[in-house]
Amino acid sequence: MTATILRRLAQSVPTLFIVVTLSFFLVRLAPGGPFDLERPLPAAAMENLRRVYGLDQPLLVQYGRYLAALARGDLGPSFSVRDLSVAELFARGLPVSMTLGGLALLLALGLGTALGALSALRRGSWLDHAVTTLGTFALTVPGFVVAPLLQIAFGLTLRWLPVGGWDGGSPRHLVLPVVTLALPQVAVIARLARAGLAEVFERPHWRTLRGLGLPPRILALHALRGAALPVVSYLGPAAAGLLTGSVVVETVFGLPGVGRYFVDGAINRDYTLVLGTVVLIAVFVLVLNLVADLACALIDPRLRDPG
Amino acid sequence: MSAGAAFAEASLLARARRRLAGDAVARACAGVLALVALACLLGPFVTGHPYDRLYYDYPGTPPSLALYPAPQAVRPALDRLAFRMRVRAEDVSVTGDAVRLTLAADRPVDPRVLTFFSRSDTVGEARILGRSEDGRRLAVEAPLRRLRFLAGTDALGRDLLTRTLMAGRLSLALGLMATAVALGIGVGYGALAGTLGGRVDAAMMRLVDILYSLPFVFFVIMLVVFFGRSVALIFVAVGAVEWLDMARIVRAEALAIRRRDYVRAAEALGLTTAAILRRHVIPNLLGPVVAFAALMVPRVILLESFLSFLGLGVQEPATSWGVLIADGARSLESAPWMLVVPAAFLVATLLALTLLGERLRDALDPREGA
Amino acid sequence: MTLLSLRGLAVRYPEAGVTALAGLDLDLARGETLALVGESGSGKSQVALATLGLLPPQARVSGSVRFDGAELTGLPRPTLDRIRGARIGLVFQEPMTALDPLFPVGRQIALPLRAHRSASRRQALDRARELMGLVGIRDAASRLSAYPHELSGGERQRVMIAMALACEPDLLIADEPTTALDVTVQAQILALLADLKRRLGLALLFITHDLRLVRRIAERTAVLHAGRLVEVGPTERLFRDPRAPETRDLVAAEPAGRKGPVPGTAPVVLAARGVTVAYPGPRRGWRPGPPRLAVDGIDLTLRAGQTLGVVGESGSGKSSLGRALLRLEPAAHGLVRFEDRDLTRLDRAALRPLRRGFQPVFQDPMGSLSPRLTAGEIVAEGLRVHEPHLTAASRDARAAEAFREVRLDPAWRHRFPHAFSGGQRQRIAIARALALRPRLVVLDEPTSALDRTVQRDIVALLRELQAAHGLAYVFISHDLAVVRALADTVLVLRHGREVERGPTDRVLESPREAYTRALVAAADLDPGLAQA
Repeated sequence: MTATILRRLAQSVPTLFIVVTLSFFLVRLAPGGPFDLERPLPAAAMENLRRVYGLDQPLLVQYGRYLAALARGDLGPSFSVRDLSVAELFARGLPVSMTLGGLALLLALGLGTALGALSALRRGSWLDHAVTTLGTFALTVPGFVVAPLLQIAFGLTLRWLPVGGWDGGSPRHLVLPVVTLALPQVAVIARLARAGLAEVFERPHWRTLRGLGLPPRILALHALRGAALPVVSYLGPAAAGLLTGSVVVETVFGLPGVGRYFVDGAINRDYTLVLGTVVLIAVFVLVLNLVADLACALIDPRLRDPG
Repeated sequence: MSAGAAFAEASLLARARRRLAGDAVARACAGVLALVALACLLGPFVTGHPYDRLYYDYPGTPPSLALYPAPQAVRPALDRLAFRMRVRAEDVSVTGDAVRLTLAADRPVDPRVLTFFSRSDTVGEARILGRSEDGRRLAVEAPLRRLRFLAGTDALGRDLLTRTLMAGRLSLALGLMATAVALGIGVGYGALAGTLGGRVDAAMMRLVDILYSLPFVFFVIMLVVFFGRSVALIFVAVGAVEWLDMARIVRAEALAIRRRDYVRAAEALGLTTAAILRRHVIPNLLGPVVAFAALMVPRVILLESFLSFLGLGVQEPATSWGVLIADGARSLESAPWMLVVPAAFLVATLLALTLLGERLRDALDPREGA
Repeated sequence: MTLLSLRGLAVRYPEAGVTALAGLDLDLARGETLALVGESGSGKSQVALATLGLLPPQARVSGSVRFDGAELTGLPRPTLDRIRGARIGLVFQEPMTALDPLFPVGRQIALPLRAHRSASRRQALDRARELMGLVGIRDAASRLSAYPHELSGGERQRVMIAMALACEPDLLIADEPTTALDVTVQAQILALLADLKRRLGLALLFITHDLRLVRRIAERTAVLHAGRLVEVGPTERLFRDPRAPETRDLVAAEPAGRKGPVPGTAPVVLAARGVTVAYPGPRRGWRPGPPRLAVDGIDLTLRAGQTLGVVGESGSGKSSLGRALLRLEPAAHGLVRFEDRDLTRLDRAALRPLRRGFQPVFQDPMGSLSPRLTAGEIVAEGLRVHEPHLTAASRDARAAEAFREVRLDPAWRHRFPHAFSGGQRQRIAIARALALRPRLVVLDEPTSALDRTVQRDIVALLRELQAAHGLAYVFISHDLAVVRALADTVLVLRHGREVERGPTDRVLESPREAYTRALVAAADLDPGLAQA
């Protein structure tokens, strides 16, 4: 097991390297720079700034320095948010995004599995059709439509919940963003769970288990474990996406998460912030995929390494 | 040779069409799509409003069937007009489609100010009915402009329906073209890898795997932010993201088909590799490819809308559904219809395309309902 | 004393408009073995499922199932669950898939004990180990924690039986328990069932399509056809004096007759020397592992009109050999001569014009027909390559002719493969091969996916076509009865190597090698029928 984890981590280093390299040069190819303000700075001040941030060096030197710093875990200072390093920005934004994403993930997993199980048990019933139809809606209607509609309904019309803001993460402020984030995930997980369970019910071993006259609790254990594989392997990348923030949700609800860092960083030519965000997301993806794969191997002995 | 293959394909598509025609949901979706496409194509000629015309008198008008100007709105509008002409509007009377009024001032009224009338959104070109001796009073008649804003107007007073339909042209065209590009690249790449197999296949798929592991939406955003927000670039960016899936599907299918006994049998019959590809591999690939392409169109539209929503999409005055929805989300409290109208079009189109694509995928599956 | 009693048991699927069982009356006494025999679609599996309430929800059941005096139909699930798994054990076919792949087999055997006997985990696992010993799994203590995929097919079937027997049931229902297994394993499982039945005093309901198995195990036999019971009686009487025509069909379904000899002067069609198929082994780190030899140095010679039967169990390399002879196997080495041409050195392009002379027929008749082409196009496809001058009309006429030759209605050639039954599809595959007028046909398990009666008809057709066209056959099969009816010579393969070779009668009647003897014994060929 440990060997597998180490091997996988080693394998992800080249991927990370390629991502960083591509991003680094793509960012630098772009016209404009981080200090191009609406009113141009005096040439001397500009020169000074560029020297302080090392931008006066040849590109390859900068690249080497960035990689060296990255290897030490240093993401560098932000160009656009004065006096803060990229790491400090993440320290502020990540708790917000991870709270939202984590709650959405839990909601999606619980609700999605329950709905999927219900429709698999009552295949062809009105409930099954309703879940399928609503699932298609939830998957198709984009978040940037759902979020404002929720604001109109629950914020402006019913006045039950605030339309936005963070307010230190008070539960009332969390509801709408979490629901927006969770909706499509509920639909995907419900679909996967339904399909997985339906497949288990079709398998010959299900008939064997039923023929043994086992109590429902034991049958449920076997059915859910059999259907868990697609859900778990989906959860890896999905969790990475949710936990690293959503541009749409954080913009619409005005939340101080990391979801906007990338777009804002790119617009402001904040090189280190853009690269830092790319690294952050890539690390999340790689680690959570690894976790998902390990979980799959735990669930299904056939996926374990021979020997 | 090609006649036989064409027959096989035709029969496949014919069967799928028959099955879809018997499906109420599929028919409804096709109807919605036809309606949206037709509306976007012809609608902007019919609404009577240029999509970029700003009606200064009607910013933020809610949707309604009513004709504008409303009777009680004529007087204030004329007052505003008169103010700009530096005259007073007096004796205003609305008769049917025209309005009569007297322009009064302390100095003689210069008839050239009447050009303001033709630039107004409320009334048209004015005709002089009479003029007082001292020239300080000018009696004029002007036709009322009768305007209708079925879907209301935006904050700048542009007709929302026309803008939504114009935006639809762009979104649909982009969806179709980017899908075509992704399809071309993906099918070519995947079929090549799947057919050549061996080391070439492994190398080609390694490349796809690496590209896959990149956070691609971020690269698209980077491209668009750094190199300007042109339609062409968005198009390239979207196509570049979407072809990967296609390549994987086609390659997996091609490999699977090549392992089937009927391909072995065809080889044993002495068919050339090209003939096996044409007669056996491609027709059997057709189903999954068509279905995947059908489902790719809504995804592309969604991706473009997403970019536009972030403010990275097409630039004014051109517009797309994502741009309009972003505008709408910003004026949620004052003009909720600005969100609802384009969002309704987008959602209806996406839903219809998705449902139709899913049903097409099922209908093209030779294992089902044979 | 009657243990299980079915009265007017009927199973219908109203949505599909299918009646799977149309009123069945059947009794099974304590300690008795009753065989339920029928071809696919006869409804025999429905009996097992209906008895235990395992039918899919779309099924409508009527009639009565009484077990030990108590009615089972319409019982609420908790009550039914006290009987199934406890007093009635069930063994299914598919040993690959009938066990939950995610749990160790020990825990699965322990499941019914935990549920019905409220055994502690410890007790249940101890008992599971005993049971594994009972069903003849060696080294039971260590196999307890093995997962199903780590066991062989035969071991998995033994685990299934252990699970069914865990609570010492009165009745064991075995639905095709040996069908997917190799013949030697099949024989072991049958012996195990018979032995357990004797020792534990079980009643056994043995469901199968294979009449030959019945004679070894069942006291009485019931024959099902199209959802109806057509005959029931003592097994021995049924074989001696079958009354219903369907029973007679089944009893006679084993392909009869022998292959007549071919003169030694007949021209040699196929000659192969040292045919080897080596697949790359599993990678070891960065380097590929040692190659796995699927076929290891096989020589053979075949004359016009002759049939070589290639016999072996799964994994013996017989299919790889077939593909190697047809030059369809990229991993093959060795010399292959077809008539007067050496095929070994020819590349794909040079081989193509010669291919019309040697044609394959594969096992899975659905998989070997492209689902996108009509049957007629499939049959005529080779003509496009080898007789390109033919017009579409004359090609179609040739396809129609090939259809008639394999006894299919030529009017059906415009249908797609899915519209045909399994036997008809195999006829289409044969027609495709024959349309090119080949001299050699390599048949890879062409009858294995078919019912016995359909099999018999295909064997008759193959024999007829061979006589009419002087074809040489390489006939690959695990089924000795079919091989005996068709082959002049038998080649027994094991792990890719030749075990024994000789005239069919000699090999099957007095095998020299222990492995061949085991195969022959397990196949339980009927000496009486072979003489007919």
